[in-house]
Amino acid sequence: MDKEKLIDQYAERLPKRIIQDVKAHLPKNCDTKRLKKIMEAVVSEYEDTLAEPGESVGLVAAESIGEPSTQMTLRTFHFAGVSEMNVTMGLPRVIEVLDARKTLSTPMTEIYLKKPYSDGKDIKKISQRIKERKLKEFVKEISINIVENTVKIDLDKKKIEEYEQTHINILKLVDKAAKGFKTKQEGDTIFIDTVKEDNLNEIYKLKEKIKNLYFCGIKNITQVLPIQRGDEFLIVTAGINLKEILKLDFVDTFRTKSNDIYEMRRVFGIEAARQSIINEVTAMFESQGIDIDIRHVMLVADMMTNTGEIMGINRTGIVKDKSSVLARASFETPIKHIIQAAMSGEEDYLSSVIENVMINQPVPLGSGLPKLIANFDNQKNKR
Amino acid sequence: MEEEIKATRKVKSIRFGLMSPRMIKEVAAAKVVTPELYDKEGYPVDGGLMDIRLGVIDPGLVCKTDGQKLKESLGHFGYMSLARPVVHVKFVRIILDLLRGTCRECGRVLIPEQKREAIVEQLDRIEEEEGMTGRRREFLSAISELKTVSKCPHCNAKQKKVKIEKPTTFTENDKRITPIEVRTRLEKIPDRDIYIFGINPEIARPEWMILTILPIPPVTMRPSITLESGERSEDDLTHKLGDIVRINQRLFENINAGAPEIIIEDLWDLLQYHITTYFDNDDSQIPPARHRSGQPLKTLTTRIKSKEGRIRHNLAGKRTNFSARTVISPDPRLELNEVGVPLSVAMKLTIPERITEWNFEYLKKFVDRGPKKYPGSNYIVRPDGKKKKITDETREQLIEEIQPGYVVERHLMDGDISIFNRQPSLHRMSMMCHRVKVLPGNTFRLNPAVCAPYNADFDGDEMNLHIPQTEEARSEAEELMQVQTQIVSPRYGLSIIGCNMDALSGNYLLTRFMKVTKKEAVDLLSSCSITDFSRLPDKPLISGNEVFSVLIPKDFNFIGTTKKGDPIIIESGNVKKGYLDSANLGEGSGLMLRNINKRYGADKSLVILGRFFRMGVQAAHKMGVSVNLADTDLDAKSEKDIKNIIEKAEKRVDELIELFRKGKLEALTGRTEEETLELRILEVLNKARNDSGKIVAENAKENTATNIMAYSGAKGKTLNIAQMAACVGQQAYRGGRINKGFKGRTLSCFSQGDLGTEAHGFIARGFKAGMKPNEFFFMAMTGRDSLMDTALRTPKSGYLYRRLANALQDLRVEYDLTVRDASNKIIQFRYGEDGLDVSKTRGGVVDVKKIIEQTT
Repeated sequence: MDKEKLIDQYAERLPKRIIQDVKAHLPKNCDTKRLKKIMEAVVSEYEDTLAEPGESVGLVAAESIGEPSTQMTLRTFHFAGVSEMNVTMGLPRVIEVLDARKTLSTPMTEIYLKKPYSDGKDIKKISQRIKERKLKEFVKEISINIVENTVKIDLDKKKIEEYEQTHINILKLVDKAAKGFKTKQEGDTIFIDTVKEDNLNEIYKLKEKIKNLYFCGIKNITQVLPIQRGDEFLIVTAGINLKEILKLDFVDTFRTKSNDIYEMRRVFGIEAARQSIINEVTAMFESQGIDIDIRHVMLVADMMTNTGEIMGINRTGIVKDKSSVLARASFETPIKHIIQAAMSGEEDYLSSVIENVMINQPVPLGSGLPKLIANFDNQKNKR
Repeated sequence: MEEEIKATRKVKSIRFGLMSPRMIKEVAAAKVVTPELYDKEGYPVDGGLMDIRLGVIDPGLVCKTDGQKLKESLGHFGYMSLARPVVHVKFVRIILDLLRGTCRECGRVLIPEQKREAIVEQLDRIEEEEGMTGRRREFLSAISELKTVSKCPHCNAKQKKVKIEKPTTFTENDKRITPIEVRTRLEKIPDRDIYIFGINPEIARPEWMILTILPIPPVTMRPSITLESGERSEDDLTHKLGDIVRINQRLFENINAGAPEIIIEDLWDLLQYHITTYFDNDDSQIPPARHRSGQPLKTLTTRIKSKEGRIRHNLAGKRTNFSARTVISPDPRLELNEVGVPLSVAMKLTIPERITEWNFEYLKKFVDRGPKKYPGSNYIVRPDGKKKKITDETREQLIEEIQPGYVVERHLMDGDISIFNRQPSLHRMSMMCHRVKVLPGNTFRLNPAVCAPYNADFDGDEMNLHIPQTEEARSEAEELMQVQTQIVSPRYGLSIIGCNMDALSGNYLLTRFMKVTKKEAVDLLSSCSITDFSRLPDKPLISGNEVFSVLIPKDFNFIGTTKKGDPIIIESGNVKKGYLDSANLGEGSGLMLRNINKRYGADKSLVILGRFFRMGVQAAHKMGVSVNLADTDLDAKSEKDIKNIIEKAEKRVDELIELFRKGKLEALTGRTEEETLELRILEVLNKARNDSGKIVAENAKENTATNIMAYSGAKGKTLNIAQMAACVGQQAYRGGRINKGFKGRTLSCFSQGDLGTEAHGFIARGFKAGMKPNEFFFMAMTGRDSLMDTALRTPKSGYLYRRLANALQDLRVEYDLTVRDASNKIIQFRYGEDGLDVSKTRGGVVDVKKIIEQTT
């Protein structure tokens, strides 16, 4: 116990992880004297390892991500451990994340399940409950009677019962979609009388609309796939609707996540978005066998999220936010930035790298950061 | 003294703004009135575009404004009065906003006084949050509400709808408003209303956006070139300006002569066109102005923008003197931090050395030898900054002249500091500092161990060499960029420099198989510049491990595993167990090299690494590593086994196809039956290839050169051996089998609808047995596909990298250990949450376990 206390005394001087490491690797027969020595050695090692002030960590991070990305394969689609579902992988995915694209090429949700279900209980059944279903899956036939200008919908009662959706008032549903038309239900059949005459085109459109009416499940989830990862069963879906998914009682709300950063931001907040940027990027590099320290990815993610909103790494995101006119101009669309600066009389204080490169001055990084001040007037006076 | 103070002066800030007509006139050195450029003698005309008051581009002439000669005078702006005002294209959108947002009669903003405060407040808030662009956007939406306001809230004047036509014409209710009218309206807008638009009227009055006076850029920024024929070819800008001056003059004349309004308007439009293209010749809305040859003129906007433009090409990217570029070739006898420089290069590149009392005699000899004798010198620099070339004629005289305070630019010599670089410079290890080693020959020589950080090979790669010229630059290069400081990659905190190729196979051979006599051991060690042989055991036959151990420091301990998973134990500098391969000696490998680096420091570990490398190369030399066709021979049984495996697999595939044809193949969820079939076939064939590979691996003789390369990790995998000996395997194209080609078949030698293995790119035999024409073709298909992949990927990842670098380049660790950007905004409170510098860690962590073990 004493030892623990002694170690904890260093909590302020060392990061949590190192403290944990010390506790984990400490030999049992270690006396306090040795422990003290160890702790001092750890502290001195830690302080030696700290990044030096002025270190241009940003550029190092950019290099560490940019350099190996030339070795990544372009292969857009790959199997995410499941041969059934295609997921964007490799460089295109990294670009997608860092660009903070609003629409993903393969939106996905990973749904973790609560205890009995995570062992595989009813996995097929509950996964089917999640998938978005259209009305057309629950009808035998939808037909148009050209002579009477009516649409006839034959409901598939058996299937509706199978999916336990008998409580849904289908007539109401159809009624909503077919505004301005008369609807009535006779047993398992719904009729729509079209008031307007001879407008077959309109009726056809109506039929298509009814076919694609949302019926049950969770909107936007186009595909579901129960998979087993290790000992655990989970559901992977194509399509995203976290808000609705989290309402389901069998879902483990602590671990369920989506690959859409904006969705994570909306549902869980900016810190979750940051974490998911880190996770997505590291996962991509790992899958290609490329070793990148997490600190670099963290820095990029922090840069992308530090205003509380997600900013992509492009001219409408991070670069737009730069204080220096010349830095913005040197990236893309220089004329636009210069004109804008001229209008408002902006002043560039040359505080970042690129402007100083432009005018041949030392950059405020690394060895260019410290300043020596010499008072020349004084020296003159002395002489 | 005075001069040195000047040298420390810095630009504090740069302010952007518009130039008022008055300001243009004030800074102008001359008024341009005539389109003529030169008179009969070829002398620039006064009042012409090449007026020598605007600067000089001819040798011998003197600028009339500052009295300086060519290359000394920076040039001066001129101006010209326009007969009629003209719209500046780049401000058209802003002018439109202003016209729409203000009253056409009284010029006040179309916001009622009582709402004004609220809107301004909102705009200011938006600007604070999102910057200027946010304000503009927000204002536009405010205006769009106001657009419906048909009456001015201040003077009740009726408002009309202002529209824009094509590039620069404004209309109001379909009636054109001339720039004169636009200008008078803009003039009426009071200063306090202009602020609402996000414009600072002290710096940019809106009426200045309508040009009445055109600044003429100095001649020095549009120099003419003299062709071989003696003819002068003017710069595009001069051409354009000539057009403008000409039309402007005609417009003047016509107005003065009282010409009909139609003619004047036509000329006015023409003037507008010329001035528009003068500013921007890439606007898609107007036909670009062209040369007689038809190629578009390069005017102001084209000069600034894009990769080849001023900003990215000349301002953000610079060129240097004192650099050299040539082909590279390997030389393992060099130290890792050395670079072999050809004599011819060493005699061109120089290092300035200041003469003092103490080195006077030393440097005098360099001057005496002159530029043609190595090591000599090419120039001397007098204290007043005058540079004198040393030639046979001037040499004698210059020797007499030099004295302390002079600078001698002497030839490059062994041990000088240089910066070596290979493009693409993707990470900081692409530019490292090497010490010069002057060698005969015409290529740069480098130790093959540093190929990895540069990503270089010797198939014709060229590299660049830079010689830092100041003491500060040299010391920074030496302290921060030298090879030994870059051994640990900041990407993952492990050694990026290690043994490769022959060095690996050699060390593997040495530590695994070799036994040498004492004499041979001494030979080996000598070639790694070891002179102390006391650590060699005194027995007639010495094992490879014992020889290698001499290179390891006496107090080094290490426990690790080899590539294959065997343990390797190093105890007090002796390899007790195991052997060395790429897992412990290679590039980007485990902790052995990293621990050596940590323990013994950069300089020493570089020496150790160099010795490891040379030992490997030497051992490979001694043993002889040479590939043999028989390396891939298999015994009869394995051959039969492999044949069996492949036949079985093909049969299995046939079964699957049969199943599919009958429609009995169960589709995987979310897949069609065809896709399922393809996946299943791929699975079967890959398994067959792997199985046959396993047989080859089991069968392989351990000590054939081919296997040694694979086992040591020098080059190739066992898979490659299997491909040579047994089976090349399925050719994967876009993640599946090959399905491209003719209708229903891949090549015309197959029947339509053939789903079999051979028809879709499975190559059942090995490289040694050879391939059939169709197999060869399939292989070429996948080969081509991967080439395409590379070609498409490079620009994509390059752009990603550029964006990343641009976005993150300002971030730095501050003295309070926070990470901040250029405007001092905190990005992270501690870099990477724990403040650790990855290149100082071991694989990204502080090795607590190691510390505990070491502290007793």
